[in-house]
Amino acid sequence: MTRQRGDVVVETRGLCMHFGGVRAVDQVDFTLFDRELRCLIGPNGAGKSTFFKCLTGQLTPTAGEVLIRGQDMTGAEPFEVASLGVGIKTQVPNVFDGLTVDENLWVSARRWHDDRRARALVSETIERLRLGDIRKMQLGRLAHGQRQWVELGMVVVAEPWLVLLDEPAAGMTHEETFRTAELIEEINKTSALIVVEHDMQFIRLISRKVTLFHEGGILMEDTMDAISADKRAREVYLGHRA
Amino acid sequence: MNNGILRNMRPTFFYAFLGLVFMFAAPNVLQLFTIINLTTAIALAVLALSLALIWGYGGILCFGQVAFFGLGAYAYTIAAINFGDTTPAILVAVMITAAFAAALGYFIFFGRVSDVYLGVITLTVTLIFFSLIRRTSGPEYKIGKALLGGFNGVSSPPLNLPWDRSSFLFPEHVFYVAMAALILCYLFVGWLVHTRFGRVCVAIRENELRAELLGYDSRLYKLGIFTIGAGIAAIGGVLFCNGVGRITPDVFSLYNAALTIIWVIVGGRGTLIGPVGATFALFYLTSALGGQSLLNNNLVLGVILIVFVLLVPKGVAPTVTDWVMARRKKAPKRVRRRARPQTERME
Repeated sequence: MTRQRGDVVVETRGLCMHFGGVRAVDQVDFTLFDRELRCLIGPNGAGKSTFFKCLTGQLTPTAGEVLIRGQDMTGAEPFEVASLGVGIKTQVPNVFDGLTVDENLWVSARRWHDDRRARALVSETIERLRLGDIRKMQLGRLAHGQRQWVELGMVVVAEPWLVLLDEPAAGMTHEETFRTAELIEEINKTSALIVVEHDMQFIRLISRKVTLFHEGGILMEDTMDAISADKRAREVYLGHRA
Repeated sequence: MNNGILRNMRPTFFYAFLGLVFMFAAPNVLQLFTIINLTTAIALAVLALSLALIWGYGGILCFGQVAFFGLGAYAYTIAAINFGDTTPAILVAVMITAAFAAALGYFIFFGRVSDVYLGVITLTVTLIFFSLIRRTSGPEYKIGKALLGGFNGVSSPPLNLPWDRSSFLFPEHVFYVAMAALILCYLFVGWLVHTRFGRVCVAIRENELRAELLGYDSRLYKLGIFTIGAGIAAIGGVLFCNGVGRITPDVFSLYNAALTIIWVIVGGRGTLIGPVGATFALFYLTSALGGQSLLNNNLVLGVILIVFVLLVPKGVAPTVTDWVMARRKKAPKRVRRRARPQTERME
Protein backbone atom coordinates (compact mmCIF):
# COMPACT_ATOMS: atom_id res chain seq x y z
CA MET A 1 0.00 0.00 0.00
CA THR A 2 2.50 2.59 1.10
CA ARG A 3 5.43 2.92 -1.24
CA GLN A 4 8.08 2.36 1.35
CA ARG A 5 11.51 2.55 -0.16
CA GLY A 6 13.50 1.77 2.88
CA ASP A 7 14.96 5.00 4.19
CA VAL A 8 13.29 6.90 6.97
CA VAL A 9 13.34 10.61 6.05
CA VAL A 10 11.35 12.14 8.90
CA GLU A 11 11.11 10.75 12.38
CA THR A 12 9.83 12.22 15.61
CA ARG A 13 10.33 10.59 18.98
CA GLY A 14 8.15 11.55 21.91
CA LEU A 15 7.54 14.98 20.41
CA CYS A 16 5.75 17.37 22.77
CA MET A 17 4.70 20.96 22.31
CA HIS A 18 3.02 22.47 25.32
CA PHE A 19 1.68 26.01 25.60
CA GLY A 20 1.31 26.59 29.31
CA GLY A 21 -1.07 23.83 30.37
CA VAL A 22 -2.26 23.08 26.86
CA ARG A 23 -0.71 19.98 25.34
CA ALA A 24 -1.03 20.90 21.68
CA VAL A 25 1.23 18.02 20.67
CA ASP A 26 1.84 15.25 23.14
CA GLN A 27 4.24 12.31 22.82
CA VAL A 28 4.06 11.92 19.07
CA ASP A 29 6.11 9.19 17.43
CA PHE A 30 5.93 9.61 13.71
CA THR A 31 7.82 8.06 10.82
CA LEU A 32 7.88 8.96 7.14
CA PHE A 33 9.72 6.91 4.52
CA ASP A 34 11.38 8.15 1.38
CA ARG A 35 9.01 8.89 -1.52
CA GLU A 36 6.05 8.46 0.80
CA LEU A 37 2.99 10.70 0.54
CA ARG A 38 1.36 11.18 3.89
CA CYS A 39 -1.67 13.23 4.84
CA LEU A 40 -2.18 14.56 8.33
CA ILE A 41 -5.82 15.07 9.22
CA GLY A 42 -7.75 15.80 12.36
CA PRO A 43 -10.33 18.18 13.77
CA ASN A 44 -9.45 21.76 14.64
CA GLY A 45 -7.06 21.92 17.55
CA ALA A 46 -5.93 18.34 17.09
CA GLY A 47 -2.34 19.51 16.86
CA LYS A 48 -1.56 18.90 13.19
CA SER A 49 -0.46 22.45 12.47
CA THR A 50 1.54 22.64 15.69
CA PHE A 51 3.20 19.36 14.77
CA PHE A 52 3.92 20.80 11.32
CA LYS A 53 5.49 23.90 12.85
CA CYS A 54 7.72 21.75 15.04
CA LEU A 55 8.93 19.90 11.95
CA THR A 56 9.67 23.11 10.04
CA GLY A 57 11.44 24.90 12.88
CA GLN A 58 8.78 27.54 13.38
CA LEU A 59 8.27 26.22 16.92
CA THR A 60 10.79 24.74 19.31
CA PRO A 61 9.32 21.57 20.80
CA THR A 62 8.97 21.35 24.58
CA ALA A 63 10.35 17.82 24.57
CA GLY A 64 11.19 15.02 22.19
CA GLU A 65 13.22 14.86 19.01
CA VAL A 66 12.80 15.68 15.35
CA LEU A 67 15.07 13.78 12.98
CA ILE A 68 15.25 14.60 9.30
CA ARG A 69 17.25 12.10 7.29
CA GLY A 70 18.78 11.02 10.57
CA GLN A 71 19.95 14.52 11.50
CA ASP A 72 18.72 15.96 14.76
CA MET A 73 16.74 19.05 13.80
CA THR A 74 15.01 19.57 17.16
CA GLY A 75 14.68 23.29 17.74
CA ALA A 76 16.47 24.17 14.49
CA GLU A 77 15.73 27.47 12.77
CA PRO A 78 13.41 27.32 9.74
CA PHE A 79 16.29 28.18 7.41
CA GLU A 80 18.29 25.26 8.75
CA VAL A 81 15.46 22.84 7.98
CA ALA A 82 15.00 24.39 4.53
CA SER A 83 18.74 24.24 3.91
CA LEU A 84 18.58 20.45 4.03
CA GLY A 85 16.59 20.64 0.79
CA VAL A 86 13.15 20.63 2.34
CA GLY A 87 10.38 22.57 0.60
CA ILE A 88 7.84 24.14 2.93
CA LYS A 89 4.49 25.80 2.36
CA THR A 90 2.76 27.34 5.32
CA GLN A 91 -0.95 27.56 6.05
CA VAL A 92 -1.30 31.29 5.45
CA PRO A 93 0.18 32.11 2.04
CA ASN A 94 3.70 33.31 2.76
CA VAL A 95 4.93 35.06 -0.36
CA PHE A 96 6.89 38.18 -1.24
CA ASP A 97 4.04 40.61 -1.89
CA GLY A 98 6.14 43.40 -3.33
CA LEU A 99 7.93 41.15 -5.84
CA THR A 100 6.69 39.72 -9.12
CA VAL A 101 5.88 36.05 -9.68
CA ASP A 102 9.18 35.71 -11.54
CA GLU A 103 11.17 37.24 -8.71
CA ASN A 104 9.42 35.15 -6.07
CA LEU A 105 10.42 31.95 -7.83
CA TRP A 106 13.91 33.27 -8.61
CA VAL A 107 14.66 33.93 -4.94
CA SER A 108 13.74 30.33 -4.22
CA ALA A 109 15.76 28.83 -7.07
CA ARG A 110 18.74 31.09 -6.47
CA ARG A 111 19.24 29.54 -3.04
CA TRP A 112 20.55 26.44 -4.76
CA HIS A 113 21.71 27.43 -8.22
CA ASP A 114 23.61 30.14 -10.05
CA ASP A 115 21.63 32.83 -11.82
CA ARG A 116 21.45 31.15 -15.23
CA ARG A 117 20.25 27.83 -13.92
CA ALA A 118 17.87 29.61 -11.53
CA ARG A 119 16.29 31.55 -14.38
CA ALA A 120 15.93 28.42 -16.47
CA LEU A 121 14.24 26.64 -13.58
CA VAL A 122 11.91 29.60 -13.05
CA SER A 123 10.81 29.54 -16.68
CA GLU A 124 10.30 25.80 -16.52
CA THR A 125 8.21 26.03 -13.36
CA ILE A 126 6.16 28.92 -14.68
CA GLU A 127 5.26 26.85 -17.70
CA ARG A 128 4.53 23.80 -15.61
CA LEU A 129 2.22 25.67 -13.26
CA ARG A 130 0.72 27.76 -16.07
CA LEU A 131 1.65 31.05 -14.45
CA GLY A 132 2.78 32.62 -17.73
CA ASP A 133 0.03 35.22 -17.87
CA ILE A 134 0.85 36.65 -14.47
CA ARG A 135 4.62 36.20 -14.29
CA LYS A 136 5.34 39.95 -14.35
CA MET A 137 2.66 40.79 -11.80
CA GLN A 138 3.27 41.64 -8.18
CA LEU A 139 2.07 39.03 -5.72
CA GLY A 140 0.15 41.61 -3.71
CA ARG A 141 -2.19 42.09 -6.66
CA LEU A 142 -3.03 38.44 -7.19
CA ALA A 143 -6.05 36.49 -6.02
CA HIS A 144 -5.75 34.14 -3.08
CA GLY A 145 -5.69 30.99 -5.20
CA GLN A 146 -2.99 32.38 -7.47
CA ARG A 147 -0.86 33.30 -4.48
CA GLN A 148 -1.19 29.75 -3.20
CA TRP A 149 -0.01 28.52 -6.59
CA VAL A 150 2.97 30.81 -6.62
CA GLU A 151 3.91 29.56 -3.18
CA LEU A 152 3.66 25.99 -4.44
CA GLY A 153 5.83 27.11 -7.35
CA MET A 154 8.42 28.42 -4.93
CA VAL A 155 8.51 24.99 -3.31
CA VAL A 156 8.70 23.11 -6.62
CA VAL A 157 11.32 25.31 -8.27
CA ALA A 158 13.85 24.45 -5.57
CA GLU A 159 13.56 20.74 -6.44
CA PRO A 160 13.23 19.56 -2.83
CA TRP A 161 13.53 15.91 -1.82
CA LEU A 162 11.08 16.40 1.02
CA VAL A 163 8.01 18.61 0.82
CA LEU A 164 5.92 19.78 3.75
CA LEU A 165 2.61 21.42 2.86
CA ASP A 166 0.18 22.94 5.34
CA GLU A 167 -3.32 23.12 3.83
CA PRO A 168 -2.24 23.59 0.20
CA ALA A 169 -5.81 23.58 -1.10
CA ALA A 170 -7.25 26.05 1.39
CA GLY A 171 -9.30 28.72 -0.32
CA MET A 172 -8.85 27.26 -3.78
CA THR A 173 -11.59 26.76 -6.34
CA HIS A 174 -12.67 23.28 -7.36
CA GLU A 175 -10.53 23.27 -10.44
CA GLU A 176 -7.51 24.65 -8.62
CA THR A 177 -7.89 22.00 -5.94
CA PHE A 178 -7.92 19.32 -8.60
CA ARG A 179 -4.80 20.69 -10.23
CA THR A 180 -3.09 20.93 -6.85
CA ALA A 181 -3.79 17.24 -6.32
CA GLU A 182 -2.24 16.49 -9.72
CA LEU A 183 0.79 18.58 -8.86
CA ILE A 184 1.23 16.76 -5.56
CA GLU A 185 1.15 13.41 -7.36
CA GLU A 186 3.82 14.73 -9.67
CA ILE A 187 6.02 16.03 -6.86
CA ASN A 188 5.65 12.67 -5.18
CA LYS A 189 7.45 10.99 -8.10
CA THR A 190 10.70 12.48 -6.90
CA SER A 191 10.16 13.41 -3.28
CA ALA A 192 8.47 12.50 -0.02
CA LEU A 193 5.55 14.63 1.13
CA ILE A 194 3.66 15.48 4.27
CA VAL A 195 0.38 17.24 3.59
CA VAL A 196 -1.73 18.73 6.37
CA GLU A 197 -5.25 19.04 5.06
CA HIS A 198 -8.81 19.73 6.06
CA ASP A 199 -10.56 19.13 2.78
CA MET A 200 -11.66 15.49 2.76
CA GLN A 201 -12.30 15.37 -0.96
CA PHE A 202 -8.82 16.60 -1.59
CA ILE A 203 -7.38 13.93 0.68
CA ARG A 204 -9.31 11.25 -1.16
CA LEU A 205 -7.78 12.54 -4.39
CA ILE A 206 -4.20 12.16 -3.21
CA SER A 207 -4.08 9.95 -0.19
CA ARG A 208 -2.12 6.80 0.32
CA LYS A 209 -1.65 6.63 4.05
CA VAL A 210 -3.31 9.05 6.43
CA THR A 211 -2.34 9.97 9.98
CA LEU A 212 -5.28 11.03 12.09
CA PHE A 213 -4.49 13.48 14.89
CA HIS A 214 -6.71 13.83 17.93
CA GLU A 215 -6.07 15.92 21.04
CA GLY A 216 -2.38 16.30 20.36
CA GLY A 217 -1.67 12.65 19.65
CA ILE A 218 -1.90 10.22 16.77
CA LEU A 219 -5.17 8.36 16.97
CA MET A 220 -4.57 6.07 14.02
CA GLU A 221 -2.56 5.67 10.88
CA ASP A 222 -4.12 3.90 7.93
CA THR A 223 -5.69 4.36 4.51
CA MET A 224 -8.50 6.86 4.12
CA ASP A 225 -10.98 4.04 3.55
CA ALA A 226 -9.95 2.29 6.74
CA ILE A 227 -10.18 5.52 8.70
CA SER A 228 -13.61 6.28 7.28
CA ALA A 229 -14.73 2.84 8.35
CA ASP A 230 -13.33 3.10 11.84
CA LYS A 231 -15.83 3.91 14.57
CA ARG A 232 -13.50 5.90 16.82
CA ALA A 233 -12.20 7.96 13.92
CA ARG A 234 -15.73 8.75 12.77
CA GLU A 235 -16.61 9.92 16.25
CA VAL A 236 -13.73 12.38 16.60
CA TYR A 237 -13.65 13.71 13.13
CA LEU A 238 -15.80 12.29 10.43
CA GLY A 239 -18.92 11.85 12.50
CA HIS A 240 -20.22 15.32 12.02
CA ARG A 241 -19.51 15.19 8.32
CA ALA A 242 -20.54 11.73 7.23
CA MET B 1 24.14 37.68 -14.36
CA ASN B 2 26.64 40.46 -14.84
CA ASN B 3 24.94 41.55 -18.01
CA GLY B 4 21.60 41.36 -16.24
CA ILE B 5 22.85 43.52 -13.38
CA LEU B 6 24.30 46.09 -15.77
CA ARG B 7 21.03 46.22 -17.67
CA ASN B 8 19.07 46.71 -14.46
CA MET B 9 21.50 49.41 -13.41
CA ARG B 10 20.84 51.63 -16.42
CA PRO B 11 18.88 54.24 -14.43
CA THR B 12 21.62 54.15 -11.79
CA PHE B 13 24.26 54.93 -14.42
CA PHE B 14 22.08 57.68 -15.77
CA TYR B 15 21.80 59.45 -12.42
CA ALA B 16 25.49 58.87 -11.72
CA PHE B 17 26.25 60.55 -15.03
CA LEU B 18 24.05 63.51 -14.10
CA GLY B 19 26.01 63.67 -10.86
CA LEU B 20 29.29 63.73 -12.79
CA VAL B 21 28.06 66.58 -14.97
CA PHE B 22 27.01 68.48 -11.88
CA MET B 23 30.36 67.75 -10.24
CA PHE B 24 32.32 69.42 -13.01
CA ALA B 25 29.84 72.14 -13.89
CA ALA B 26 28.91 73.42 -10.45
CA PRO B 27 32.27 75.01 -9.46
CA ASN B 28 32.28 76.97 -12.72
CA VAL B 29 28.80 78.33 -12.18
CA LEU B 30 28.28 78.63 -8.47
CA GLN B 31 29.99 80.82 -5.90
CA LEU B 32 32.49 79.38 -3.45
CA PHE B 33 30.13 79.91 -0.52
CA THR B 34 27.47 77.79 -2.23
CA ILE B 35 30.05 75.13 -3.10
CA ILE B 36 31.13 74.85 0.54
CA ASN B 37 27.51 74.61 1.58
CA LEU B 38 26.94 71.96 -1.06
CA THR B 39 29.69 69.83 0.41
CA THR B 40 27.68 69.59 3.62
CA ALA B 41 24.54 68.72 1.68
CA ILE B 42 26.46 66.02 -0.20
CA ALA B 43 27.63 64.53 3.10
CA LEU B 44 24.03 64.41 4.29
CA ALA B 45 22.98 62.86 0.98
CA VAL B 46 25.44 60.01 1.60
CA LEU B 47 23.79 59.57 5.00
CA ALA B 48 20.36 59.49 3.35
CA LEU B 49 21.69 56.95 0.83
CA SER B 50 22.80 54.67 3.65
CA LEU B 51 19.37 54.77 5.27
CA ALA B 52 17.74 54.31 1.86
CA LEU B 53 19.71 51.07 1.61
CA ILE B 54 18.98 49.58 5.00
CA TRP B 55 15.44 50.85 5.41
CA GLY B 56 14.27 51.00 1.80
CA TYR B 57 15.84 47.72 0.72
CA GLY B 58 16.62 45.92 3.96
CA GLY B 59 13.37 46.88 5.67
CA ILE B 60 15.32 47.81 8.79
CA LEU B 61 13.93 51.03 10.26
CA CYS B 62 17.08 52.30 11.91
CA PHE B 63 16.14 55.44 13.80
CA GLY B 64 19.75 56.08 14.66
CA GLN B 65 21.52 56.20 11.34
CA VAL B 66 23.08 59.48 12.50
CA ALA B 67 24.84 57.49 15.25
CA PHE B 68 26.97 55.86 12.55
CA PHE B 69 27.33 59.14 10.70
CA GLY B 70 28.51 60.91 13.84
CA LEU B 71 30.67 58.04 14.97
CA GLY B 72 32.38 58.07 11.58
CA ALA B 73 32.91 61.82 11.83
CA TYR B 74 34.37 61.61 15.33
CA ALA B 75 36.51 58.59 14.50
CA TYR B 76 37.87 60.37 11.42
CA THR B 77 38.63 63.58 13.30
CA ILE B 78 40.32 61.87 16.24
CA ALA B 79 42.30 59.53 14.00
CA ALA B 80 43.34 62.36 11.68
CA ILE B 81 44.57 64.49 14.60
CA ASN B 82 46.57 61.59 15.97
CA PHE B 83 47.98 60.29 12.69
CA GLY B 84 48.57 63.70 11.13
CA ASP B 85 47.36 62.09 7.92
CA THR B 86 43.74 61.92 6.81
CA THR B 87 43.90 58.99 4.37
CA PRO B 88 44.28 56.23 6.99
CA ALA B 89 41.85 58.18 9.18
CA ILE B 90 39.10 57.66 6.61
CA LEU B 91 39.73 53.92 6.62
CA VAL B 92 39.77 53.86 10.42
CA ALA B 93 36.50 55.81 10.56
CA VAL B 94 34.71 53.42 8.21
CA MET B 95 36.11 50.33 9.90
CA ILE B 96 35.36 51.43 13.47
CA THR B 97 31.83 52.40 12.53
CA ALA B 98 31.17 49.18 10.63
CA ALA B 99 32.60 47.15 13.51
CA PHE B 100 30.40 49.01 15.98
CA ALA B 101 27.33 48.45 13.80
CA ALA B 102 28.21 44.78 13.40
CA ALA B 103 28.44 44.35 17.17
CA LEU B 104 25.19 46.23 17.80
CA GLY B 105 23.48 44.45 14.92
CA TYR B 106 24.62 41.08 16.17
CA PHE B 107 22.63 41.50 19.37
CA ILE B 108 19.65 43.00 17.55
CA PHE B 109 19.35 40.49 14.73
CA PHE B 110 20.57 37.33 16.38
CA GLY B 111 18.47 38.24 19.41
CA ARG B 112 15.52 38.45 16.99
CA VAL B 113 14.56 41.89 18.28
CA SER B 114 11.35 43.03 16.59
CA ASP B 115 11.17 46.02 14.25
CA VAL B 116 9.69 48.48 16.74
CA TYR B 117 12.33 47.76 19.37
CA LEU B 118 15.02 48.00 16.74
CA GLY B 119 13.96 51.59 16.15
CA VAL B 120 13.93 52.26 19.88
CA ILE B 121 17.34 50.67 20.44
CA THR B 122 19.06 52.50 17.60
CA LEU B 123 17.56 55.84 18.65
CA THR B 124 18.60 55.22 22.25
CA VAL B 125 22.16 54.45 21.18
CA THR B 126 22.20 57.75 19.29
CA LEU B 127 20.98 59.71 22.29
CA ILE B 128 23.48 57.97 24.55
CA PHE B 129 26.25 59.21 22.23
CA PHE B 130 24.70 62.67 22.36
CA SER B 131 24.66 62.85 26.17
CA LEU B 132 28.02 61.18 26.59
CA ILE B 133 30.00 63.34 24.21
CA ARG B 134 28.36 66.54 25.45
CA ARG B 135 29.91 65.81 28.84
CA THR B 136 33.46 65.51 27.60
CA SER B 137 34.44 69.16 27.84
CA GLY B 138 37.24 68.79 30.39
CA PRO B 139 40.92 68.50 29.45
CA GLU B 140 40.92 64.96 30.85
CA TYR B 141 38.70 63.76 28.00
CA LYS B 142 41.11 63.15 25.22
CA ILE B 143 41.99 60.33 22.92
CA GLY B 144 45.66 60.50 22.08
CA LYS B 145 46.29 64.07 21.06
CA ALA B 146 42.65 64.86 20.34
CA LEU B 147 40.55 66.71 22.93
CA LEU B 148 36.89 65.72 22.65
CA GLY B 149 35.77 69.22 23.54
CA GLY B 150 32.31 68.32 24.86
CA PHE B 151 29.56 70.61 23.67
CA ASN B 152 31.89 72.59 21.39
CA GLY B 153 33.14 69.51 19.59
CA VAL B 154 36.45 69.07 17.82
CA SER B 155 37.71 70.89 14.78
CA SER B 156 38.47 68.45 12.00
CA PRO B 157 41.69 68.55 10.01
CA PRO B 158 40.96 69.09 6.31
CA LEU B 159 41.68 66.26 3.90
CA ASN B 160 45.23 66.01 2.64
CA LEU B 161 46.49 64.35 -0.51
CA PRO B 162 47.01 60.61 0.01
CA TRP B 163 50.67 60.82 -1.03
CA ASP B 164 51.51 64.12 0.61
CA ARG B 165 50.27 64.80 4.12
CA SER B 166 51.39 68.41 4.08
CA SER B 167 49.26 69.52 1.14
CA PHE B 168 45.71 70.11 2.27
CA LEU B 169 42.70 70.32 0.02
CA PHE B 170 40.94 73.65 -0.28
CA PRO B 171 37.15 73.72 0.21
CA GLU B 172 36.56 73.87 -3.54
CA HIS B 173 38.60 70.69 -3.93
CA VAL B 174 36.82 68.98 -1.04
CA PHE B 175 33.66 69.50 -3.06
CA TYR B 176 35.06 67.29 -5.83
CA VAL B 177 36.03 64.63 -3.33
CA ALA B 178 32.59 64.72 -1.71
CA MET B 179 30.77 64.57 -5.03
CA ALA B 180 32.97 61.72 -6.24
CA ALA B 181 32.36 59.86 -2.97
CA LEU B 182 28.61 60.33 -3.32
CA ILE B 183 28.64 59.05 -6.91
CA LEU B 184 30.79 56.05 -5.99
CA CYS B 185 28.63 55.21 -2.97
CA TYR B 186 25.54 55.57 -5.14
CA LEU B 187 26.95 53.25 -7.80
CA PHE B 188 28.05 50.75 -5.15
CA VAL B 189 24.65 50.68 -3.44
CA GLY B 190 22.90 50.61 -6.83
CA TRP B 191 24.98 47.58 -7.74
CA LEU B 192 24.52 45.92 -4.35
CA VAL B 193 20.72 45.95 -4.49
CA HIS B 194 20.81 44.07 -7.80
CA THR B 195 23.13 41.32 -6.62
CA ARG B 196 21.91 38.06 -5.11
CA PHE B 197 22.64 39.52 -1.66
CA GLY B 198 20.57 42.64 -2.34
CA ARG B 199 17.67 40.77 -3.83
CA VAL B 200 17.56 38.34 -0.93
CA CYS B 201 17.53 41.33 1.44
CA VAL B 202 14.52 42.70 -0.41
CA ALA B 203 12.84 39.31 -0.15
CA ILE B 204 13.51 39.30 3.60
CA ARG B 205 12.01 42.79 3.81
CA GLU B 206 8.91 41.49 2.06
CA ASN B 207 8.50 38.35 4.16
CA GLU B 208 11.15 37.21 6.58
CA LEU B 209 9.55 33.86 7.40
CA ARG B 210 9.23 32.98 3.72
CA ALA B 211 12.87 33.79 3.11
CA GLU B 212 13.85 31.55 6.01
CA LEU B 213 11.62 28.78 4.72
CA LEU B 214 13.52 28.98 1.44
CA GLY B 215 16.74 28.36 3.36
CA TYR B 216 18.13 31.88 3.81
CA ASP B 217 19.47 32.88 7.22
CA SER B 218 17.73 36.24 7.49
CA ARG B 219 19.81 37.26 10.51
CA LEU B 220 23.03 37.17 8.51
CA TYR B 221 21.61 39.12 5.60
CA LYS B 222 20.16 41.79 7.88
CA LEU B 223 23.40 42.06 9.79
CA GLY B 224 25.27 42.37 6.51
CA ILE B 225 23.15 45.16 5.05
CA PHE B 226 23.05 46.96 8.41
CA THR B 227 26.84 46.91 8.65
CA ILE B 228 27.34 48.04 5.06
CA GLY B 229 24.82 50.85 5.61
CA ALA B 230 26.71 51.97 8.71
CA GLY B 231 29.99 52.02 6.78
CA ILE B 232 28.43 54.24 4.12
CA ALA B 233 26.99 56.53 6.79
CA ALA B 234 30.53 56.83 8.18
CA ILE B 235 31.78 58.02 4.79
CA GLY B 236 29.05 60.66 4.97
CA GLY B 237 30.33 61.62 8.42
CA VAL B 238 33.88 62.04 7.13
CA LEU B 239 32.63 64.33 4.37
CA PHE B 240 30.43 66.22 6.83
CA CYS B 241 33.22 67.24 9.17
CA ASN B 242 35.25 68.26 6.12
CA GLY B 243 32.41 70.42 4.87
CA VAL B 244 31.67 72.03 8.22
CA GLY B 245 35.22 72.04 9.55
CA ARG B 246 34.29 70.60 12.93
CA ILE B 247 32.18 67.94 14.53
CA THR B 248 29.95 68.55 17.54
CA PRO B 249 27.68 66.25 19.57
CA ASP B 250 24.71 67.97 17.94
CA VAL B 251 25.09 65.48 15.11
CA PHE B 252 23.62 62.86 17.47
CA SER B 253 20.59 64.95 18.36
CA LEU B 254 17.01 63.74 18.07
CA TYR B 255 16.42 66.46 15.49
CA ASN B 256 19.05 65.07 13.14
CA ALA B 257 17.95 61.48 13.75
CA ALA B 258 14.40 62.40 12.74
CA LEU B 259 15.57 64.47 9.80
CA THR B 260 17.28 61.46 8.21
CA ILE B 261 14.03 59.51 8.39
CA ILE B 262 12.17 62.44 6.79
CA TRP B 263 14.57 62.55 3.81
CA VAL B 264 13.92 58.90 3.09
CA ILE B 265 10.15 59.18 3.56
CA VAL B 266 9.95 62.23 1.28
CA GLY B 267 12.31 60.78 -1.33
CA GLY B 268 10.70 57.36 -1.26
CA ARG B 269 11.62 54.03 0.27
CA GLY B 270 12.80 51.40 -2.16
CA THR B 271 14.64 53.94 -4.31
CA LEU B 272 18.10 55.43 -3.99
CA ILE B 273 17.90 58.59 -6.02
CA GLY B 274 14.74 59.69 -4.17
CA PRO B 275 16.25 60.10 -0.71
CA VAL B 276 19.43 61.63 -2.19
CA GLY B 277 17.37 64.20 -4.10
CA ALA B 278 15.11 64.87 -1.12
CA THR B 279 18.15 65.59 1.03
CA PHE B 280 19.36 68.31 -1.33
CA ALA B 281 15.86 69.76 -1.67
CA LEU B 282 15.17 69.87 2.06
CA PHE B 283 18.68 71.09 2.83
CA TYR B 284 18.11 74.08 0.58
CA LEU B 285 14.62 74.59 1.88
CA THR B 286 15.88 74.79 5.48
CA SER B 287 18.72 77.10 4.41
CA ALA B 288 16.22 79.37 2.69
CA LEU B 289 13.89 79.29 5.68
CA GLY B 290 16.83 80.18 7.91
CA GLY B 291 17.00 83.52 6.13
CA GLN B 292 13.53 84.60 7.23
CA SER B 293 11.75 84.75 10.55
CA LEU B 294 8.12 84.45 9.52
CA LEU B 295 7.89 80.67 9.62
CA ASN B 296 9.56 78.37 12.08
CA ASN B 297 11.92 75.94 10.38
CA ASN B 298 10.82 72.88 12.34
CA LEU B 299 7.19 73.70 11.80
CA VAL B 300 7.66 73.65 8.05
CA LEU B 301 9.56 70.34 8.18
CA GLY B 302 6.81 68.89 10.36
CA VAL B 303 4.15 69.96 7.89
CA ILE B 304 6.14 68.47 5.01
CA LEU B 305 6.43 65.18 6.86
CA ILE B 306 2.69 65.06 7.61
CA VAL B 307 1.77 66.00 4.04
CA PHE B 308 3.98 63.26 2.66
CA VAL B 309 2.85 60.57 5.07
CA LEU B 310 -0.80 61.37 4.30
CA LEU B 311 -0.75 62.30 0.62
CA VAL B 312 2.41 60.83 -0.91
CA PRO B 313 3.05 57.85 1.37
CA LYS B 314 5.38 56.16 -1.10
CA GLY B 315 7.56 59.25 -1.48
CA VAL B 316 8.42 61.32 -4.53
CA ALA B 317 10.52 58.93 -6.61
CA PRO B 318 8.19 55.87 -6.53
CA THR B 319 5.15 58.08 -7.14
CA VAL B 320 6.75 59.64 -10.19
CA THR B 321 7.82 56.20 -11.45
CA ASP B 322 4.29 54.85 -11.01
CA TRP B 323 2.91 57.81 -12.88
CA VAL B 324 5.32 57.37 -15.79
CA MET B 325 4.64 53.62 -15.93
CA ALA B 326 0.90 54.23 -15.96
CA ARG B 327 1.31 56.61 -18.89
CA ARG B 328 3.53 54.18 -20.70
CA LYS B 329 0.99 51.41 -20.31
CA LYS B 330 -1.55 53.47 -22.19
CA ALA B 331 0.92 54.29 -24.93
CA PRO B 332 2.37 50.92 -26.08
CA LYS B 333 -0.62 49.96 -28.27
CA ARG B 334 0.33 52.66 -30.69
CA VAL B 335 4.02 51.87 -30.41
CA ARG B 336 3.48 48.18 -31.06
CA ARG B 337 1.41 48.74 -34.15
CA ARG B 338 4.09 50.93 -35.58
CA ALA B 339 6.93 48.65 -34.58
CA ARG B 340 5.52 45.45 -36.05
CA PRO B 341 5.93 46.15 -39.79
CA GLN B 342 9.50 47.22 -39.17
CA THR B 343 10.43 43.95 -37.50
CA GLU B 344 8.79 42.01 -40.33
CA ARG B 345 10.83 43.91 -42.83
CA MET B 346 13.99 43.14 -40.92
CA GLU B 347 13.21 39.44 -41.00
